[in-house]
Amino acid sequence: MIGYLIRRVVQAVVVIFFVLLIVFVLSQVIPGGEARAVLGTKATPAKIHQFNVLNGFTLPIWDQFYQYLLRLIVHQNLGYSYSYNETVSALISDKLPKTLVLVGFSTILALVVSIPLGILQVVRRNKPVDYVLTGLSFIFYAMPAFLLGTLLILYFAIDQHWFPVGFNQSQTVGNILSDPRGLVLPEVTLAALTIASFSRYMRSSMMEAMTEDYIRTARAKGAAPRRVLYVHALRNALIPILTLLGLSIPAIVSGALITETVFNYPGMGFLTTEAAFKTDIPVLLGTTLVATIATVAGSLLADVLYAVADPRIRYAR
Amino acid sequence: MPGDTLMPEGHERHDGGSFPLSAAAAAEDAMPGVAIPVTEQGPGTAGPEGGDVATSGGALRQITRVFIENKLAVIGLAVIGFMVLFCFVGPLLYHSNQVNAQAALQSSNQNSVCPPCAPGNGHPLGTDPSGFDLLGRLMFGGKNSLIVGFVAAAAATLFGVVYGAVSGFVGGWVDALMMRFIDILLSIPQLFLLIVLAVIFHPSLHILIIVIAVVAWLVPGRLIRGETLTLRVREYVQAVRVMGGSRTRIVFRHIIPNTVGTIVVNATFQVADAILLLAALGFLGLGLPAPQTDWGAMLSNGVEYATGGYWWLIYPAGFCIVIVVVAFNFVGDALRDSLEVRLQQR
Repeated sequence: MIGYLIRRVVQAVVVIFFVLLIVFVLSQVIPGGEARAVLGTKATPAKIHQFNVLNGFTLPIWDQFYQYLLRLIVHQNLGYSYSYNETVSALISDKLPKTLVLVGFSTILALVVSIPLGILQVVRRNKPVDYVLTGLSFIFYAMPAFLLGTLLILYFAIDQHWFPVGFNQSQTVGNILSDPRGLVLPEVTLAALTIASFSRYMRSSMMEAMTEDYIRTARAKGAAPRRVLYVHALRNALIPILTLLGLSIPAIVSGALITETVFNYPGMGFLTTEAAFKTDIPVLLGTTLVATIATVAGSLLADVLYAVADPRIRYAR
Repeated sequence: MPGDTLMPEGHERHDGGSFPLSAAAAAEDAMPGVAIPVTEQGPGTAGPEGGDVATSGGALRQITRVFIENKLAVIGLAVIGFMVLFCFVGPLLYHSNQVNAQAALQSSNQNSVCPPCAPGNGHPLGTDPSGFDLLGRLMFGGKNSLIVGFVAAAAATLFGVVYGAVSGFVGGWVDALMMRFIDILLSIPQLFLLIVLAVIFHPSLHILIIVIAVVAWLVPGRLIRGETLTLRVREYVQAVRVMGGSRTRIVFRHIIPNTVGTIVVNATFQVADAILLLAALGFLGLGLPAPQTDWGAMLSNGVEYATGGYWWLIYPAGFCIVIVVVAFNFVGDALRDSLEVRLQQR
């Protein structure tokens, strides 16, 4: 178990190192370079050279990468955003908790809804309920978050006035949580898409478990059908869901970006879209980096939980 | 990292990088633990030379038969066919100005205080905020959505297949290195990477296709690598080796043709994914530059007018995205099923 954990953590660190490298390389290919972006198109070549020397842009590239890593790890310095006039770290540390609230709740909601749905489909397999749910999951699967979010806003916020339309940009996490009505639509939007895939997976995972030998054994020894379903099949079917959860995290984070943009939710995704409009590369690369680190950490957590839940994994390899 | 050492066999196919946008992921998940079936190509599908897939009438006919028996697949295919006709042939029959914004604005301003004008008055679906006829705009934008969908999916599949086959065939540390590279890229949330690339390389139609292909090739790469691992130890591959066939020949003439089932199924889902990715970029305002558009960008335009009851700015574009993506998913699922059924019958 310890060996597995260590191996897994080392893997995660290596991945993050190379993501840093990719992000650094991307920051180098900005057309015109940072000097042009900051000083404007009228800057003289001398000024630009001065800016480059001052910021260490004339150093050899590996030296720059080393400096970049040093700044990042020692000072958590992600660079400076000239369009927001703030450090990127400050911007992100303000937005990240709000995104975590959105992603966290919606993931829990998705699990709470999709697991029973999957079970229901297995219990009533090839009955109308099963077909309807399968059809719905197909539609929600194809429905982009921005469309679902827009439709929800149109009906529940604009027509029915049940929920507010958007968010105040200055809201803190406390504000958002103290009036959770605004959270309902974004959470539902983000969760619906996850539910569509999770419930399908849950259904097939349960179906698969029902064909196993231990189910036949359980039935043969006279266990009640309920017990067979909920104890024998469900416990084994739940384990793959953990893996799926780990694998889905990058996708949920991508979904959060769209959802936040639709609802003007003041999180990392909204910041990213805004930065994209302003061509604010430092912010863009900063949010990408943080989103990736969060993703890798989330996958790591899911894998560790998986290893805890399933002893077979611990002893493999 | 996603899908690394922990995955049981079937899970390797799951794409961790793109859930809401990836139709492939759920469809693959629908069959967990099913050992990748399409590796077992019948002897008719791929002879020793492997390349003569199309000539093996029996297998192909059987696949077609199972496919046609699947009603959803036929509906999906019909929807795709209709949409292709609508977007590519439609503009020839239904003329509308989609390029000159000023002319569009003037012509729609003549009689009332719009745009966006309500349906009617020579505009069956009304006009958009710039005065462009919306029905024509659906065709015009849909053409871009479909072109990007097909070409980006083809490019991503092509590159992924070659990458995966080479990685799996060469094996050893090269394989490990090539796969870790995929893991690293997959750990970056797809949309973030897409946005960064779209901002750095200002998008035109061609660049968008490349950018979308760059984030989409990872899944087929990993899939085909998995298949190659099982194929490289087959007797016919060994035989070619013994006969002195070069490695290039083995990969391109024997291994890749035998993964064609997986490739086709995955490519179908890739088209749906690419359309969704373009729509997402368009929605965020990072897609094609005006006056070009796509369904996602049209939807985003409509959202700004959401409070005014301009339903025709939202529903038609949204409807087009959803039915096309559902249609591709139906076809992909049916293709996979029909390939599986054929194998079960053998």
